[in-house]
Amino acid sequence: MSSESKKIKIGLEVHCQLTSLKTKLFCNSPSDYREKPPNTNICPVCIGTPGSLPVLNRNALNYATMVASSLNFEIMSHMIFFRKNYFYPDMSKNFQITQYDRAGGVPFAINGYILLNNGRKIRLGRMQLEEDPAKISYDGTIESSSETYVDYNRAGIALIEIVTEPDLESPSDAREFLNKLSSILEHLNVLDLGLEGSVRCDANISHRGGKRVEIKNISSFKEVERALNFEMTRQKSLASKGINVSQETRHWDDVRRITISLRLKEEEQDYRYFPETDLVPVTLSETFIEKINHDMPELPKEREIRFQQEYNHSSEIARVLVKDKYLADYSEKAAKESIAPREVGILLAVNLPPFLNEIGKDLKSLDVAPEHFAELADMISKGEVSRRSSKTIFLEMLKTGQKPRNIFDKKGLDVISDSKSIEDIVTKIFKDNPEAVKDAAKDTKAINFLLGKIMQETRGRVDPSIATKLVKQKLSVQ
Amino acid sequence: MKAPKHPISEKEVSHLAELARLELSGKDVTEMRLHLNKILDYFKMIDEVDTEGISPTYHVFDLVNVLRDDTPHSPESKDLLENVPKKKGRYIKAPRMI
Amino acid sequence: MTARILDIPVWEVVKKIANQEISSEDYISETLERIQKIDPKINAYITVIKEASLDKALELDKQIRQGKTVGRLAGLPIAIKDSICVKNIKNTCGSRMLENFVAPYNATVADKIIREDGIIIGKTNLDEFAMGTSTEHSFFGATRNPWDSSKVPGGSSGGSAASIASFEAALALGSDTGGSIRSPASFCSVVGLKPTYGAVSRYGLVSYSNSLEQIGPIARDVRSTAILMDCINGYDIRDSTSKNTVPQRFADIFKNTVKNLKIGVPNEFFGEGVQKEVHKSIWNVIHKIEKLGFHYEKTTLPMVKYALPAYYIIAMSEASSNLARYDGLRYGFNVPKNNLNWNTTFSKNRRNGFGDEVRQRIMLGTYTLSAGYFDQYYLKAQKIRTLIKQDFDRAFKKFDILVVPSMPILPFTLGEKLNDPLSLYMCDINTVPANLAGIPSISIPCGLSSGLPIGVQIMAPPFREDLLFKAGYLFEENVTIDKSVGEFTNV
Repeated sequence: MSSESKKIKIGLEVHCQLTSLKTKLFCNSPSDYREKPPNTNICPVCIGTPGSLPVLNRNALNYATMVASSLNFEIMSHMIFFRKNYFYPDMSKNFQITQYDRAGGVPFAINGYILLNNGRKIRLGRMQLEEDPAKISYDGTIESSSETYVDYNRAGIALIEIVTEPDLESPSDAREFLNKLSSILEHLNVLDLGLEGSVRCDANISHRGGKRVEIKNISSFKEVERALNFEMTRQKSLASKGINVSQETRHWDDVRRITISLRLKEEEQDYRYFPETDLVPVTLSETFIEKINHDMPELPKEREIRFQQEYNHSSEIARVLVKDKYLADYSEKAAKESIAPREVGILLAVNLPPFLNEIGKDLKSLDVAPEHFAELADMISKGEVSRRSSKTIFLEMLKTGQKPRNIFDKKGLDVISDSKSIEDIVTKIFKDNPEAVKDAAKDTKAINFLLGKIMQETRGRVDPSIATKLVKQKLSVQ
Repeated sequence: MKAPKHPISEKEVSHLAELARLELSGKDVTEMRLHLNKILDYFKMIDEVDTEGISPTYHVFDLVNVLRDDTPHSPESKDLLENVPKKKGRYIKAPRMI
Repeated sequence: MTARILDIPVWEVVKKIANQEISSEDYISETLERIQKIDPKINAYITVIKEASLDKALELDKQIRQGKTVGRLAGLPIAIKDSICVKNIKNTCGSRMLENFVAPYNATVADKIIREDGIIIGKTNLDEFAMGTSTEHSFFGATRNPWDSSKVPGGSSGGSAASIASFEAALALGSDTGGSIRSPASFCSVVGLKPTYGAVSRYGLVSYSNSLEQIGPIARDVRSTAILMDCINGYDIRDSTSKNTVPQRFADIFKNTVKNLKIGVPNEFFGEGVQKEVHKSIWNVIHKIEKLGFHYEKTTLPMVKYALPAYYIIAMSEASSNLARYDGLRYGFNVPKNNLNWNTTFSKNRRNGFGDEVRQRIMLGTYTLSAGYFDQYYLKAQKIRTLIKQDFDRAFKKFDILVVPSMPILPFTLGEKLNDPLSLYMCDINTVPANLAGIPSISIPCGLSSGLPIGVQIMAPPFREDLLFKAGYLFEENVTIDKSVGEFTNV
């Protein structure tokens, strides 16, 4: 870790929806609001109709407990909800029901952490439950639109807020952190990161002890690294010119990919927090927490270890496979079907990512069944197909979704290993390339040309070591 | 900590009005200030009470853990939109942001 | 001259309708006629539900003729305070802000009344958003006291109490945050109960101060009050603060005579603000009860002295937040077309939608919660609340009930206290302690002085409304009031 990196301090404030809940946090309006017409998943509670009252969702409590446990938090045994009072068109009551850590309030949990790959601990100051506001849209941009449109479908959806200490030292740190967090949340089955707007992030970054800048409006984890990179560059460039960075809130524009100063009146917001007495306190007993821990799904860290034990994956490969729940689940399905699970791991963790990067897609969008990987792995491990052929089959499989064995049969990609066939091919190549043969007789390095021709002719199906032996033999008798 | 000895200033009154989104100007501010100070003056008597070591009563009885099941109801959103003053389609129309 | 059937005690009417001695149609018609005749003078109602009520009455009579079982409120006209939602009926809260707001759902108590075949005959007037003690702060004009139209009926549930006192309804619902049921009950010489906090669901009650308020029944006598209380109390899954116990039944309590009842009389409720006529009336009834063999003893609840400022700080703080939702966006008053931004528009809607008293309380509540002042106001008030609750807990170890005046003064003249808000707040001095402690409290008519009503207030431990009904019935039996309501109702 260079001293250079210590000059940057990054903290994150992450908001994650508990998308697996069927209803909202304080009412039983359905939570599946995406793709619904505006203002359909609403009820008197979430739209703030006079006289309505909130009631806490039992599963939200269970999920929050699971999340807190999996992030090594200390869970509070007694907690109350608070009102955060402020006016905004996306607030159905003009206060948000949330948790607070002063005035007799405590967050849901405190003092958690996530470990990065290099063992460094990223501390999580606190975690709390709160409700999502409504969605606002405009005709055009916020500045130009003469009207604002509000849709309360999202209002009241359960959110978990997680706040880190400024322990992150670079934008790539932040990316790794968020990947780890995502994997944990997905493994717990509380959050589907693929859903639009399911996670939001605010970031704080300061450079060389300078003022802290807050970046808001980062709408996905992927955008975080980008936003931080931009801001870090901006701050460094100011510093190099001797200009001080001002403490401010900036807005991430993900279209132009820049942070913009909000230039709003930076008045200290007074939220007038006080207890939400329409809700009663929550007490979580040791027994309750133990049961949640006991029933919790397998976490990535545990799975990583099990992958090494059960499927003989290397530790590196295992770590890559559990980065993403979909991949981890997929790899397990494949590994279970194969006699060579370790080979499956290599295919998925080493060979697959470059392909996906190139075509800009993810595994989910490929129409390839896990069994296909299992089949290919088996073929490789049994020596039915050479490494080179296997790459051909692999690519074809990914592009077309066909089973490896079908591709193999169609292309006639079986390995040619009997000496007689190879001899015939060598003879043919010698006949077709007399000049090269002469060169090769003089200079053994020129053999590679002939070998290349043999590989071309056989589409790589020849065992290279046998081919080399036979070519040398034949040359020696020329 | 005792209640402040000095009454609220007009500036504070204006700030409160802004926090509460209640338009207030001119002589309204003066009148409001007078009224608020009068009531706050009366409130001062609570300073006499020794509340050292006393916890606040936010919830008057000892109910805890009131929870409901995660079962969706079928929304009857039509009725709820009847009272909306300004709509566009199913959107609720708000004034411009800036 | 009051029509005869309206004179019959409501607890008797219920039986008579059920066994066809009286038709619901007649009873409802008489009530509607009465409303039409005298409400222009009293202004108890904001909305009268005429057609639907008559339809329901006819339907009910038909069912009864067919021998079907009907509910415990069958055929009775019930008035509901206009801050408690009844579906498809306007719910104005006495405010310009909600002048045209139509409730899209039923409050739980409204559902319960309907299920018991009660007929909701109208929505009654109140101080705007329940903030007041005289029902003078309503966008729809003041309600007048049926006993003397120059006087206030008390508040904030003045409309409900006046409708009962003037026979414009059989039963009514009010809400009580700092005395808003007991104050008008006292001033209008009717019975009004503030239940234990959590005994009756608040779902559908437009919030003013949510940690203090309860919906409660108002009627002309204790037994009828009990009938309505039976129907509205009980656990509601939609109200997290409602107590999950077996719902209590009070209607038959009167069958058993009261035996032991230890009565406490706390000094703090008889302070210098209490008029001597009120003093006299309350002690009169206490002594009468004593003569029947019930023991009373003077006691003290020292912290009650601070109840009023503590109450107002808590209530105003909560109100400032509960009323934040009224910005004109999802419902409510909007200033005429403008091209201003949301901030300015919200501010104008609220400035013009709310009356003076509401705006002042919001301002104060914003102040008492704001950074730097939270500890010395809101937090302090909540700590004092703890001390007051402790005083009551101590008292109830010794006494079954506490007896005090409901209101410290006789009903005052309309307009008299409008220029002096503090003097208006002082009227709540005897009622706010029960809200702070969460305990149940009932006001029973206690007598008249110069033709103006006085009420006696009985308080009991949490969830002991049975003691209130028992004691209330006892007091009622031993109080003689010329029950004819003043000139307005003698038509």
